Amino acid sequence: MSFNLALVPRRDVSLIRQVLTPVVALLVALLIGGVIVWLMGRSPAKAFDVFLREPLTDPWALQEVLLKSTPLMLISIGLIFCFRANRWNIGAEGQFLLGGIFGGGVAIATHGLTGPWILPLMMLAGALGGMLYAAIPAMLRNRFGISEILTSLMLVYVAELLLDYLVRGPWRDPKGFNFPQSVPFTDAAQLQPLFEGGRLHAGFALALLAVLVAILVFRRSLFGFAVRASGEAPRAANFAGFNEQRITLVVFLISGGLAGLAGMIEVSGQVGQLRPGFGQGLGFTAIIVAFLGRLSPVGAMLSSLVIAVLLIGAESAQVSLKLPFDLTRFFMGLLLITVLAGESLNRYRLEFRKEAA
Amino acid sequence: MEMLPFILATVFTAATPLLIAALGEHVTERAGVLNLGVEGMMIVGAATGFAAAVLTDSSVFGIIAGALAGMALSAVFALMVLVFATNQVATGLALTIMGLGLAGLIGQGFVGQPRAAIPPVQIPLLSEIPVLGKAIFTGDFVFFLSLGLIAFVAWGLNRTRFGLLLRAVGESHGSAHALGLPVKRIRLVAILFGGLLAGLAGAYLSLIYTRFWSPGMSAGRGWIALALVVFAGGHVWRLVLGAYLFGGITVAQLHAQAGAIGLPSQFLSALPYLMTIAALLFLSISGRKGAGAAGSLGQPFVPER
Repeated sequence: MSFNLALVPRRDVSLIRQVLTPVVALLVALLIGGVIVWLMGRSPAKAFDVFLREPLTDPWALQEVLLKSTPLMLISIGLIFCFRANRWNIGAEGQFLLGGIFGGGVAIATHGLTGPWILPLMMLAGALGGMLYAAIPAMLRNRFGISEILTSLMLVYVAELLLDYLVRGPWRDPKGFNFPQSVPFTDAAQLQPLFEGGRLHAGFALALLAVLVAILVFRRSLFGFAVRASGEAPRAANFAGFNEQRITLVVFLISGGLAGLAGMIEVSGQVGQLRPGFGQGLGFTAIIVAFLGRLSPVGAMLSSLVIAVLLIGAESAQVSLKLPFDLTRFFMGLLLITVLAGESLNRYRLEFRKEAA
Repeated sequence: MEMLPFILATVFTAATPLLIAALGEHVTERAGVLNLGVEGMMIVGAATGFAAAVLTDSSVFGIIAGALAGMALSAVFALMVLVFATNQVATGLALTIMGLGLAGLIGQGFVGQPRAAIPPVQIPLLSEIPVLGKAIFTGDFVFFLSLGLIAFVAWGLNRTRFGLLLRAVGESHGSAHALGLPVKRIRLVAILFGGLLAGLAGAYLSLIYTRFWSPGMSAGRGWIALALVVFAGGHVWRLVLGAYLFGGITVAQLHAQAGAIGLPSQFLSALPYLMTIAALLFLSISGRKGAGAAGSLGQPFVPER
């Protein structure tokens, strides 16, 4: 057989095409997902109803969607800086966990105290934890030329084990019936609901703020330009005097800091204590969010919401349709594949050729 | 001394899946393609292999099915990377995420089912040698297959015409294309071979190493295999050395946990991951980078005509 398919670069890509690409990719992935649900012997129509309609129409679920989108938005905004600069931080999950551990550590250390300073201190600690953890792969790359892909990923496993050690060992709640979990945080250490009877907290506002700042940085600042230049044309960026190593460190610190902040918000606003598995793989899902949003801040904001809808839908589908969460995991990978294929078709035209290559 | 053959045998068993997966990825990367989906292909191989073995009641068939499942997943990767010229890092990552979910779906009904061991192969005469004989010349057939694969990959890459073409394509796809080499076709073979071996490594995990299926059981071994390829720097012998070293660390870590030496078990479990980073660091400090990565590793290939 011969490859008689060729990619021909497109001269210009219209705005409509750019906007529609991720939408079409999502639809294609949903279509394939529907076929798989059907193959598993469930009704695809019912699955779409649970995955897409219910989270968007039920006011309670809608709040959960916004809560779920908060960490995704924060982490993916940070990752955009890395991916735009062609630096591959795939260990955001680990930085997210470290943020939770640092932030949660402050909550545990100040347990029983009250004061408006506790939450800001936890946030700072969380961001710092994520930054420190992200600095490791960045420095290993800068100093020793070690691929950041493998080191950042390896550190995810280490972070999971560290969390496990803490909640089973020194930080275990003495009154917790031997469950691997820390003491429940007091009100002073928990992000409070924005309105009476609701669950939505200030973390969502912080995520929106991060989106806004990222838009400004990419549109208006020299640093934003340096990041893009370093990713698209590293040699040219070097000649322009942008320090390659500093960019590596800074984009890692930004993404680590935002992932860490997200981790702190998750344990303080959602979980209310430290326990294993609070990461839920959100650090990996955020990678998909970043690509679905075409590595733009606005795109990341919108796709955080879309993915959050699917995740909330997945939670209720587990109960109501007995569809395993692994189906959602598979779907997320599939979605990233269709998004990447869409990106490629955005840049190139597929042309069938008769002669063998 | 009594324990030595036993310990050596467990080291080989722990190292074999790493070795097999790393050999496959080594070939893929020599052809200039970085497939970060090893973890995903491995776990799909583990789930499919186990499911097929239970359904057909044949572990040998399971191992073949696992290998083929890994290859099937790598075919998706090949389609994306070769036809659509997508970013290899992101595509590989997608493959891993997809694979973890798919493996969970495939293995759903098989969690906790035990599986009998495959009877070991004893090489006549050689297995009678004291200590080493029992460790090296008595083992499961995949272990011996892995020894054959080492030779096959080393010979294939360095001593055959196809190996030469494969390395040429990896070193500079532009030049190879200009010379009229079928870049994509050679890369397709390399990617499928990598997938086949990753799937085989996964099936080894669920059918020989642990002999049960549990979700997430590959536990980062695919990523460690990727690190081994970097560690090897283009030399198959260093890849083999690295794999057995890691097998040794895994076993030592398990013995230390059982022996309760006062360190928290989580710290010991973290050792393989920390050692991976340490190994890459050592490689960099010692300056022994070897041949390094293939020249056009990870770059999308879009011929102009």
